[in-house]
Amino acid sequence: MKNFHYIGKETPRPDAPDKAAGKALYIHDLQRPGMLHGKIKFSNHPHARIKHIDTSKAERLSGVSAVLTADNSPEVRLGFLRDNFALKKDKVRQYRDEIAAVAAIDPDIAEEAVELIKVEYEPLPGLFSTREAMKKGSPLIHETDGQGRPRTDNLVPLRYHHESGDLDAGKRAAKYIAQGEFSTPRVQQCCMGTAGCIAEFDMNGNLTIWAKTQIPFLAQRDFNRALSDIGLHDKNTRVIVPALGGGFGTGLDTHAYEYIAILLAFKTGQPVKIVYEREEEFAYLSPRQSSTTKITQGCDQTGKLTFREVEVLQDNGAYTSWGATYPSVMMMPATSLYRVSNVYFNAQLVYTNNTYCQAMRGYGNPEHTWALESNLDELAGEAGIDPYEFRIINCNRPDETTPMGLKVSTCGLKECLEAVAKKLDWKKKSKKGKCRGKGMASLVHVGGGARIYRSDASGLILKLDDFGNVNAYHGGVEMGQGLHSVLTLGIAEALGVRPEKVFINPLDTSTCPWDVGTHASRGAFMACNAAILAANKLRNKIFELAEELFPQEAEKNLDKFKKKNPGYKPPAFDFVKAAKRERFDLKDGSIFIKGAPREPWLSLDLGRLLRAIHFRTQGQMLTTEVFYDPPNELPDFAKGFGNISATYAYGTQGAEVEVDTETGEVKILRMVAAHDVGKILNPPALKGQIYGALAQGIGYALYEELQSEKGKILNPNFRDYKIPTAQEMNFPVDLEFIETNDSFGPFGAKGVAEPGLVPTAPAISNAIYDAVGIRIRDLPITPEKILSALKKPKASKG
Amino acid sequence: MKTEISFILNGSEVKVSVDGHLRLIDVLRNRMSLTGTKEGCGKGECGACTVIVDGRAVNSCLYLAHEIEGKSVTTIEGLQMPGHKLSMIQQAFVDNGAIQCGFCTPGMIMSAKALLDSNPNPSDEEIRDALQGNLCRCTGYVQIVEAVKRVAEQLKSKQ
Repeated sequence: MKNFHYIGKETPRPDAPDKAAGKALYIHDLQRPGMLHGKIKFSNHPHARIKHIDTSKAERLSGVSAVLTADNSPEVRLGFLRDNFALKKDKVRQYRDEIAAVAAIDPDIAEEAVELIKVEYEPLPGLFSTREAMKKGSPLIHETDGQGRPRTDNLVPLRYHHESGDLDAGKRAAKYIAQGEFSTPRVQQCCMGTAGCIAEFDMNGNLTIWAKTQIPFLAQRDFNRALSDIGLHDKNTRVIVPALGGGFGTGLDTHAYEYIAILLAFKTGQPVKIVYEREEEFAYLSPRQSSTTKITQGCDQTGKLTFREVEVLQDNGAYTSWGATYPSVMMMPATSLYRVSNVYFNAQLVYTNNTYCQAMRGYGNPEHTWALESNLDELAGEAGIDPYEFRIINCNRPDETTPMGLKVSTCGLKECLEAVAKKLDWKKKSKKGKCRGKGMASLVHVGGGARIYRSDASGLILKLDDFGNVNAYHGGVEMGQGLHSVLTLGIAEALGVRPEKVFINPLDTSTCPWDVGTHASRGAFMACNAAILAANKLRNKIFELAEELFPQEAEKNLDKFKKKNPGYKPPAFDFVKAAKRERFDLKDGSIFIKGAPREPWLSLDLGRLLRAIHFRTQGQMLTTEVFYDPPNELPDFAKGFGNISATYAYGTQGAEVEVDTETGEVKILRMVAAHDVGKILNPPALKGQIYGALAQGIGYALYEELQSEKGKILNPNFRDYKIPTAQEMNFPVDLEFIETNDSFGPFGAKGVAEPGLVPTAPAISNAIYDAVGIRIRDLPITPEKILSALKKPKASKG
Repeated sequence: MKTEISFILNGSEVKVSVDGHLRLIDVLRNRMSLTGTKEGCGKGECGACTVIVDGRAVNSCLYLAHEIEGKSVTTIEGLQMPGHKLSMIQQAFVDNGAIQCGFCTPGMIMSAKALLDSNPNPSDEEIRDALQGNLCRCTGYVQIVEAVKRVAEQLKSKQ
């Protein structure tokens, strides 16, 4: 295996010192001269006609610069189905609909002005469940689609379907069958830094927006379209991304508040900032979608899976975001987690008057793996096979193609399962008297990009300067996950410079090359593959120029060295003859000839060579640009087929829990996480990704739920919406990383940002079943649900 | 109604005129441009705005500015050491991978500092207890708790 200089070594992240010092600047910290503060008036009806909006009092308030409604501003649509509007006209479809907006000289005045806006509604019947919304004759939430064509039902016009093999034959071949319906709640991403932006126009009509986004280049496209909508044709948007304060999927779409800031900035001619307060973030920013999954799996006498049948129903809420494409990811575990040959998968999304939803870490995979892995334990129970053995029997292997057409290159699932079983002392049963139990669950996720858009590419520009520094311009977003840390190491390793000579520039669409977005655990995989391509180009160029310039610089070095060391006799080595491009190497920022004697004067500092290149007649500076597009395919999601990622990440997590049968509380005693990461790039950053995702998975498993009643969010604060604190994470977490050295992965690595969340809930639920013999089928597994299940007579199995 | 208050901010005496409803966090962020103190919820539920007042970690979003009269306030900016260096706790967070998005970091570090100032040798339980008011969505707290333990060990070996 290749010996790496920097890859795999414990290296602090380059952005950490400033963050530790409080010097990192988030959207909340940014100011612009003459900046106004925007505030939005949200609907307080879930479904109603807007009869009248009275903004007169708000307009008269001193300090208010503009009050906008759909009536006095251009129509700006958003969402990939174009079914949403920046400001709502005629009708509201959810509690949080944007009705009006104010720009004022300070946030307090803006808030006061918003309270002065009076809206008259004519309430319409609301639809708050998929069942109600799908009923024949239900009122229509959208009377027309994004193109203005009449609609006849509340189904979201997106098709996700897969059929492979022969389902009936698979059912006939099954000796044991388990069926279950599993549901998941809406949960909030809970970025510690709330959402916000600053929009500012220059006098040429071009827009600059500081945005909390994970998709700066798709946002640029969206905002340019909005500029056209407001009459600014052929104008451009420059998107600048400050320190993010957490993303977790919230930045995968452009949001109404951003378009409103743009409208207010255009109207007033001044920069406008909108930042959500925490309550707004909870109530008015889109959460993770809720889902219901009916799953049936069967196996033969030996425990081999013979079929899997899945029906997913998702509450889309009132509008469509990219989050509506969760089933594109659900299909992946449905077809490709464990070997199964006869598969049926279908998903349907339904409009309701609930809050509309968006992406969150894992993107459909935690929802689906929850159902699949819970049900798999039930099936193992039916077959009388140990859940661990059952998983080994059906384990995916390297170099296989799954029913969806996923080309699994490397696969460490077996090793992950074994690691979890070993670390959890699987064979040793937990002490039953104490109501303790163990459970495990696995996952498959995209680990080599994810083509869900025409291009899955990522560009990188490396600019060398006179001092041997490498300035990198990359379109991926550092949202906290450590992208800049691994990109720095990747560039340093591939180019042959020290990490402290690498500088990652702030993300700005006007200077950085295009990248589709930081999602699907693709950041490190894409950035480091781009780094390798770019570094190779630069090395070739450097060595080509060194052929000309190295001998003269070495000669100068030698003269100096001789002066300092009188009597020095250089070894017999013809460096002029040896200075051939193919013989050069670059390590730690020094250029030298491979196989040459190790004399200090025979090694040239990169900066010195770059200066020699720069300042000679007809000199030049070295900059290179690459555009890495991974070898994967855009699947046909209506047919459920296509190799979406260049490689896949597998993993298994296990939990041991203790259930208090008096209170229903679940205490996690320990957790084990084993992941096929391809190759460890930076150990502390990698651990942080798994620990953090696992903690989010624990919240998802045990207590997080955005509660709502008739579309209104009931718990929009951290007092009523609990996320794990340091007190909840009071158990050992044992990590094991399996290095499968994937040939598509940069240095062998796969994406790992989401996997830690994916199997956490089913692992815990399976442990609860092992402890007390009850199976909860809807998340979160609250003490109330456990107590009520414990009280039920145990007539029905599972 | 405006009143003038004076207090010690990161070791230096400052005077500011404040409105009755102004919060300490507003004074720090908006008047003093000390934006290292973050506002994550405005309700004392997340701890991102934690600063140290007379040795105790407090939520600066719940602290009325006029109540700071005569007291001593330390913010994250006050931890920086001479020579443009991080303090021991800050460095431990950096070295231990305890920082991801960084938004909770200043508040988390201030809570850790208040703990270690009063209890240089805390148990795991005491660390978790001291940090439980500081929410972090990125790290799962594992490397944060380890970082605080590492500082405690360094303090012990210094004695």
